[in-house]
Amino acid sequence: MGKIELTQVSKSFDDTEVIPPLDLKIEDGEFVVFVGPSGCGKSTLLRLIAGLEDVTTGQVLIDGQDATDIPPAKRGLAMVFQSYALYPHMSVRKNIAFPLRMARLDKSEQDRRVSEAAKVLNLTDYLDRRPGQLSGGQRQRVAIGRAIVREPAAFLFDEPLSNLDAALRVGMRLEISELHKRLATTMIYVTHDQVEAMTMADKIVVLQAGVIEQVGSPMELYRTPRNTFVAGFIGSPRMNLLNGPNATKHDAHTIGIRPEHIAISTRAGDWPGVVGVSEHLGSDTFFHVKCDDFPEPLTVRADGDLDLRYGAKVFLTPDTAHLHRFDQKGLRLK
Amino acid sequence: MATQHSRSAARLMMTPAVILLLGWMLVPLTMTLYFSFKKYLPLRGGDLGWVGFDNYIRFVSSSSFWPAVASTLIIVGGVLIITVILGTLLALLLDQPMWGQGIVRILVIAPFFVMPTVSGLVWKNMFMDPNNGFLAHLFNAFGAEPIQWLSQASMPSLIMIVSWQWLPFATLILLTAIQSLDSEQIEASEMDGAGWFNRFRFITLPHLARAITVVILIQTIFLLSIFAEIFVTTAGAFGTKTLTYLIFQRVLESQNVGLGSAGGVYAIILANIVAIFLMRIVGKNLDA
Repeated sequence: MGKIELTQVSKSFDDTEVIPPLDLKIEDGEFVVFVGPSGCGKSTLLRLIAGLEDVTTGQVLIDGQDATDIPPAKRGLAMVFQSYALYPHMSVRKNIAFPLRMARLDKSEQDRRVSEAAKVLNLTDYLDRRPGQLSGGQRQRVAIGRAIVREPAAFLFDEPLSNLDAALRVGMRLEISELHKRLATTMIYVTHDQVEAMTMADKIVVLQAGVIEQVGSPMELYRTPRNTFVAGFIGSPRMNLLNGPNATKHDAHTIGIRPEHIAISTRAGDWPGVVGVSEHLGSDTFFHVKCDDFPEPLTVRADGDLDLRYGAKVFLTPDTAHLHRFDQKGLRLK
Repeated sequence: MATQHSRSAARLMMTPAVILLLGWMLVPLTMTLYFSFKKYLPLRGGDLGWVGFDNYIRFVSSSSFWPAVASTLIIVGGVLIITVILGTLLALLLDQPMWGQGIVRILVIAPFFVMPTVSGLVWKNMFMDPNNGFLAHLFNAFGAEPIQWLSQASMPSLIMIVSWQWLPFATLILLTAIQSLDSEQIEASEMDGAGWFNRFRFITLPHLARAITVVILIQTIFLLSIFAEIFVTTAGAFGTKTLTYLIFQRVLESQNVGLGSAGGVYAIILANIVAIFLMRIVGKNLDA
């Protein structure tokens, strides 16, 4: 079981409030991702759940029990740190067995659980090495192994992939998702990378300056962002947010249109413009188009085969069915 | 990667420094060896010719030799144990955030800046004096009979004085080592259910291993040759005569340069034996 509930939890360091009171419910077995720009309080929120920081006000409930004053070790949660925090002087085997050793499990049970975790994580051949002799991805797996053996109520991940190179990150992303499906344990995952959030989460919690901007499934957030912040943060490349007469025409202060919902044509369309830089990804090409109507260049997705040179004259047509409208405060209009 | 050319250039440029250091070491060593085979009494006839291994045999067969070796090792061992243990504890304490941190840290380092002669005299006259010393007053205040520190408990007193001097050094090095410990490791072990003691035992202490090794090796080098503290306190009496002090007595008090030089060679051998043992015990901590 791993149901976590935060009620009116807030955190202040001295006089600065980093997290104003917030409520959050995490169901058993969910993969929840906290995402937001750096300094938004997502790591602090995770550390409050872990018990590594004390809440200033409010309650943390784990499986319905008040865990606010329970020390981290007794909360039944396991954490994977950004730096992996492996113990450098211990072998991989001892690293993974450390929480079991601290719990005074008997030796045979320790060995059984360690070899089981090692099998799941493909670490069997590395059990006698030191962390210093492992690659980044292997270290990451050892850190996960150390979390798995405790059979925790929930896993907490604090930006676990940010120290890996891009190719490895994609692989580990899949492995963690796979692990979640297999163990069906609650996982809370902190990241600043919205791609990780979109690809892995059952539920995304978007944070800004300690405030929860929106909670929902990846597609909910993609389709109906509650405000301009979420609209701009979720989705890659970013949604185009436009002001001015074109927005007023749609009865909104700001309109948002995703790059994939704009048609580009060399002959005719709503917004004339000039092609700037283009980014070729093979399957798709992203054009940055400078339109006469808007001060900012628009990002437009087109088929990878479309070949337009810098400075070419084009016309853009937004797909009005996928137009997002926001009011003056940046909130979504129905 | 260094090319063949840059390597030979580097060797060429290092040569003057290496030759200077080598000469710096070889000249005194050769002179010590030279005198150790001579009967050389500066005030009683000067150079009286070669005597073979006579000086070596006489130095070892003296009744002061083995006690001197023993007291040298006891002082080195005692001071090492005290400074490493107390140094670790003090470093842990000083690592805690507190009010007036900067000033406290400077105060802790202060004893290291006091010259050995001065600290020996301060301890002898102001703390350990059986009539007027601070400790005597303290004992009297509790109605106890003051200890005559330097005569009744000469070795513990000496170890105490030298430990007081070297404690700041150990504390300082261990403190910097503790500060370099990744806080996420401590937090991870906290999540893993390690209590205060286990965190220290399994995380902090292994992290400090290398720093402790450095402290032990450096202190040993200096402690084998302590002299001023003994000279101004007991002057080698009450069983505090170390090998260094014995050599000093042979050369200057007995005016026998040959005998003292032979003692010097024994001191080199003792230092090497200690060094071999230390490297065997703690040296592996220095490998990355």
